[in-house]
Amino acid sequence: MEVTQTWYLVLSALLFGIGFVGLLVRRNPLIMFMCIELMLNAVNITFVAFSNALDDVAGRTAVFFVLVVAAAEVVVGLSLVVALMRRRPSLTADELTSLRG
Amino acid sequence: MVDVIVFAACAAIIVGGALGVVLNSHPVRAALSLVASFFGVAVLFIQQGAHFLALVQIVVYAGAIVVLFLFVIMLLGVDRSEDLTQDPLTGQRPAALLLGVMVVGLVLVGLFLSGPGGDDGAVALSGRRSRTAPVSAIDESQSDIDLLADDLYTRNVLAVEATALLLTIATVGAVVLVRNRGGEDVVVDEPGSARR
Repeated sequence: MEVTQTWYLVLSALLFGIGFVGLLVRRNPLIMFMCIELMLNAVNITFVAFSNALDDVAGRTAVFFVLVVAAAEVVVGLSLVVALMRRRPSLTADELTSLRG
Repeated sequence: MVDVIVFAACAAIIVGGALGVVLNSHPVRAALSLVASFFGVAVLFIQQGAHFLALVQIVVYAGAIVVLFLFVIMLLGVDRSEDLTQDPLTGQRPAALLLGVMVVGLVLVGLFLSGPGGDDGAVALSGRRSRTAPVSAIDESQSDIDLLADDLYTRNVLAVEATALLLTIATVGAVVLVRNRGGEDVVVDEPGSARR
């Protein structure tokens, strides 16, 4: 038995699905962010698996950029969460219904 | 055989961590499950030969992003548990589960159905048959970091500059978003005020 590309892709699909369901179900903005990070990790696993299968280093470059963009997104997203939740600490995603803070 | 054991252990850690994030009502415990998941992903990267990416994964994801999450959780004091027992909309959780199963099912169908010409599904998904030899082929004699640096700074140098700009914008944006508005000046005690 050998670990083939398919195994990594199945794991990545499963991880993406778990993050996806978590994003839809949870209401705490911070945990929704963590589910987004799970989905990004699933995509990273897919990229590296394909990079090895296709013998192309462009997949690893893509992972690098996904990491950088994920970091920037977390910075901006968390500062948004801080700005919103400073005034109302018990905020959930359901209450963020108007565009005026 | 060792490969299979390593993969199985990492898969268990990753999926367990992911379930911990989704099912935990306490944000701090969810963040720690996320760290476990990230470490599993890093070991999988090492297993596939992407050593530099594994290190960057640990340093950036587990070491910076999760730490940022924990800082925000502690700063805002939002570490009280969330109520997971009721749906805000009726039938939200079953609908979400169904959608999740459909998404995963879509990928699995694509993987396990054979592609055109009787190819293995994974091969068809990767598009290997239609590709010529890539420009950035993996040369086994170079180390992973050499290969990645080569590709990044020759064929993707504009994108690297763009990410530098992106990170600067993100930092400035974070400062702008959380600054105090309305001129609440910080009162600084003057050194000589104790005399009065």
